[in-house]
Amino acid sequence: MKGGLVFNVQRFSVHDGPGVRTTVFMKGCPLCCAWCHNPESQSASPEFVRLRHLCMSCGRCSEDELDSPIVTDRNEDDVEACPTGALQGVGERVEPEALVASLLRDRIFFDESGGGVTISGGEPLVQPAFVTEVLRLLRAEGVHTALDTCGFGRWPDLRDAAAQANLVLYDLKLMDPARHMAATGVPNEIILDNLRSLAGVHPAIWIRIPVVPGVNDDDGNIEAAADFVRSLPGIRQVDLLPYHPTGEAKFARLGLDYALQGTPPPERSRLDALAARFRERGLFTTIGGHA
Amino acid sequence: MTARTERLRRASLDAIPSISGERAAITTAFYKAQMGRHSIPVLRAMNFYAICDGKALWMGDGELIVGERGPRPKAVPTYPELTCHSAEDLRILDSRPKTQYKVDAAVIAEYEREIIPFWRGRSLRDQMFAELPQDWLDAYAAGCFTEFMEQRAPGHTVADGKLYNKGMLDFKADIARAEAALDFERDPEALDKREQLRAMSISCDAVMRVAERHAELAEAEATQTREGIRREELLTIAGVCRRVPAHAPRDFHEALQMYWFCHLAVITELNGWDAFSPGHLDQHLRPFYEAGLADGTLTRESARELLECFFVKFNNHTAPPKVGVTAAESGTFTDFANINLAGLLRDGSDGSNSLTHLLLDVIDEMHLLQPSSNVQVSRKTPDAVLKHALRVIRNGYGFPSLFNADAVVEEQLRQGKTLEDAREGGCSGCVEVGAFGKEAFILTGYFNLMKMLEFALHDGFDVRTGQYVGARTGDPASFATFDDLFAAFEAQVRHVLDIKIRGNQLIERLYATRMPHTFLSVITDDCIAKGRDYNAGGARYNNTFIQAVGIGSITDSLSALKELVYERGDVSLPGFIETLDADFTGQEPLRQRLLNKTPKYGNDDDDADALMTRTFRMLFDAIDGRPNTKGGAYRLEMLPTTCHVYFGGVCLASADGRGEGQPVSEGISPVQGADRHGPTAVLKSASKMDHVKTGGTLLNMKFTPSLLEGDGGIDNLHSLVRSYFKLDGHHMQFNVVTADLLREAKADPASHRDLIVRVAGYSDYFCDLSEALQDEIIRRTEHTAF
Repeated sequence: MKGGLVFNVQRFSVHDGPGVRTTVFMKGCPLCCAWCHNPESQSASPEFVRLRHLCMSCGRCSEDELDSPIVTDRNEDDVEACPTGALQGVGERVEPEALVASLLRDRIFFDESGGGVTISGGEPLVQPAFVTEVLRLLRAEGVHTALDTCGFGRWPDLRDAAAQANLVLYDLKLMDPARHMAATGVPNEIILDNLRSLAGVHPAIWIRIPVVPGVNDDDGNIEAAADFVRSLPGIRQVDLLPYHPTGEAKFARLGLDYALQGTPPPERSRLDALAARFRERGLFTTIGGHA
Repeated sequence: MTARTERLRRASLDAIPSISGERAAITTAFYKAQMGRHSIPVLRAMNFYAICDGKALWMGDGELIVGERGPRPKAVPTYPELTCHSAEDLRILDSRPKTQYKVDAAVIAEYEREIIPFWRGRSLRDQMFAELPQDWLDAYAAGCFTEFMEQRAPGHTVADGKLYNKGMLDFKADIARAEAALDFERDPEALDKREQLRAMSISCDAVMRVAERHAELAEAEATQTREGIRREELLTIAGVCRRVPAHAPRDFHEALQMYWFCHLAVITELNGWDAFSPGHLDQHLRPFYEAGLADGTLTRESARELLECFFVKFNNHTAPPKVGVTAAESGTFTDFANINLAGLLRDGSDGSNSLTHLLLDVIDEMHLLQPSSNVQVSRKTPDAVLKHALRVIRNGYGFPSLFNADAVVEEQLRQGKTLEDAREGGCSGCVEVGAFGKEAFILTGYFNLMKMLEFALHDGFDVRTGQYVGARTGDPASFATFDDLFAAFEAQVRHVLDIKIRGNQLIERLYATRMPHTFLSVITDDCIAKGRDYNAGGARYNNTFIQAVGIGSITDSLSALKELVYERGDVSLPGFIETLDADFTGQEPLRQRLLNKTPKYGNDDDDADALMTRTFRMLFDAIDGRPNTKGGAYRLEMLPTTCHVYFGGVCLASADGRGEGQPVSEGISPVQGADRHGPTAVLKSASKMDHVKTGGTLLNMKFTPSLLEGDGGIDNLHSLVRSYFKLDGHHMQFNVVTADLLREAKADPASHRDLIVRVAGYSDYFCDLSEALQDEIIRRTEHTAF
């Protein structure tokens, strides 16, 4: 099988499912959310970035090139040759077997903590065959698997990948189709339909709601989301994920504009109030992963 | 804390370390009168008695546990019979910016008038340096190794439970029986043994004498005290001091005071490295605690208050200052007295109990520099104990550290101890493993691995001191393969180890014959039965440790040399050496490449880690099992205290990208900033070492608070510990990153590339964040409720 394009494998991930996990970040995403904290994940092609603050000006890149963050004419050899690692490649192709062998290195921590591997990104459903195969191989090794998805993809792809996941982390951003399109660049009907179908067949789903002030944290959206989630079977918990501006630096690195400049993280009292909406409906709800 | 212990704690924190000249004066006067009239053991014990009989006593306002080594808290005595400070040394101590000790002009005057003239040439240190061979002195001056014993007695052991079942009168009866059993006809050592035993008996008298004097002082103060409660307390203290240490303790208060008198005795007679430690305090106190609760004489609160008073005593006992290079090797006020928690009982069952939790609460609340504390975590230790410890650790003071009790048993079994003795043992000091109450587990000085590699690259020539100190391993241009280079490195290690060990043997014999530790011999098995001193092999087990420093830096350096010189041929070995000698001048791109683009230890990279295990095996084969002079053996340990700073300071730039004079890696931790794949990768790398073959390894880990939030954070940390210990890891110590460290990282990102920030679904390194974000995280860290 052709390899998958991965842009990071992060060991000791403690916010992407239960226990101590390794999270695999797939490259490529059909959405372009304004608050994305991994914008380097959006393009489905390998890219190159310069981390300017790491650069020692060794002379391999011209001053003009250093001033422009978009890197268009470099390759892996250049990345290798960059002494400080300021020039980085984003996105590496890897075969499923090789990736799984590498993931199993932390199996003792998975065993001890009730953790495992989470496939995230980007959007795993952009590379469905690869993701499904990786999850399948992990399951065969007795490793707990989680799929972190926004649900924007073909239903058969989601169904097959989710069948190999002990747990699905499913993003819900905005309920209103027009607002969803404006904020993420895609409609949400597929996302909601897929979630309905998934809830009918998968026993363990966590709903993840990024709470972005001024974008989706209004009562209307949250009430609608809570009602929707309540109507579905198999929803184990709801995680409200407070917006944080840490992705901002990455936008600059990629030469992208950051639309949410100046947006503060949500207030704790607001998060509590929003969590209450879900808890009223009998849904176990965490804030940032904490109950 | 109660109002009393708050006051005592504050007073202890506020006390300013100073040098007391009293012990030097008493010792000098005593030696002038008595030297030559008695055997050395008896002379030493009598000197100890003279100190106990003549020293100024101090009884603090509101104290419940009494006794200070010096005339007041943090007044540190000197031991001129071991190391006689010069007037200049004393002035430096008084004025240096870090770890300062105030020295009264009167003390300096006394030193100049009486102490120095008598001890110059007589102190053990002066004798030692006169006897040590030139190759040892050259290697020492070059920074190949350090040596505590040139300034401090070997010491380093831990108490077991016999102090709670026997008093000094019982020990004296044992001594008398041993003396009566001596066979002057058939045993040529009978006279030596008799002198040792007599000395031990005098030591018992000495510690009983000082207790008696405290009882008298407490009674005198009671008659002067109008206030009813304090008056009662002073009378209680007097009663306790009349009971212990002469007799076995009967209750919780007496048990603590018993230990404390013994602790003072050990550290008054000699200034043993790492002082003395109570060992499994929660196990030893348990019967007294339960009995007291049962008969109503003790409550949890009153027990806690006594423990807090007990802790303050340790904090009052600042380490005796060293001078010269030994001072640079561990510039700290702490004397490493250590409290062990949990662990195992002799029968192999779980040693934790409700006192374990009470002590964790005390540790958490008091956060004093001393005593250090650790939890011995066995597979039998309940998760609740470990999680309680982790909550204390998360508060960010670095204590307690965590040890793998099961690996500690295996390490000791490998060394030939009985199963029961191994289970009863544990770790002290930094991470050293020993059989409590029955072993002399002596640290010798640290060993500078980076200097050995430097010698291999310079045919044994020490650039800094300008002479040949190492072995002549040949022109590096002739090292055609990486194996040739490694062979030269090994040859240097063995050459310098031989020098060190020859020197150690000599030093051990000097202590054995000229500086016995008579009181420590009373309470360490089997010194009485053998009639032999603690420093002369009287203990049941006698292990001597050599601590290798810098294995992380060495691994990364070997990795860089292997890749750039031998695999890729990018640079010749002589060319590389030239670059290192010039401290990378004009070669910054190469240095960055070495820092950022070569395989490094700590990332679960099998190729890099294989170089670590190869180095470890080479060290182990060169050290483990070599006989010491006490019927025991040398063992390898991996810990630095702060010596990684000194050792790096005497080395040129290294192939891992380290600049000249910069610290090398500490313990078995990766080079700072070299680990880029998170804590699980670090633990996997560290676990490739065969810990069970060591006498201890030290691993420091750093966490940002965001990784440890909530119960989930504790659970995850718990999983890391259990997993590492499943892999036979020996020890872990956690530093929870403070806002100050984050500021440091912001200012100097190159040294903090390993700081990771975690939130859901996000991946980045702190040093890659924008300045504004770093500030925000710093602010958040300061306000996080830890």
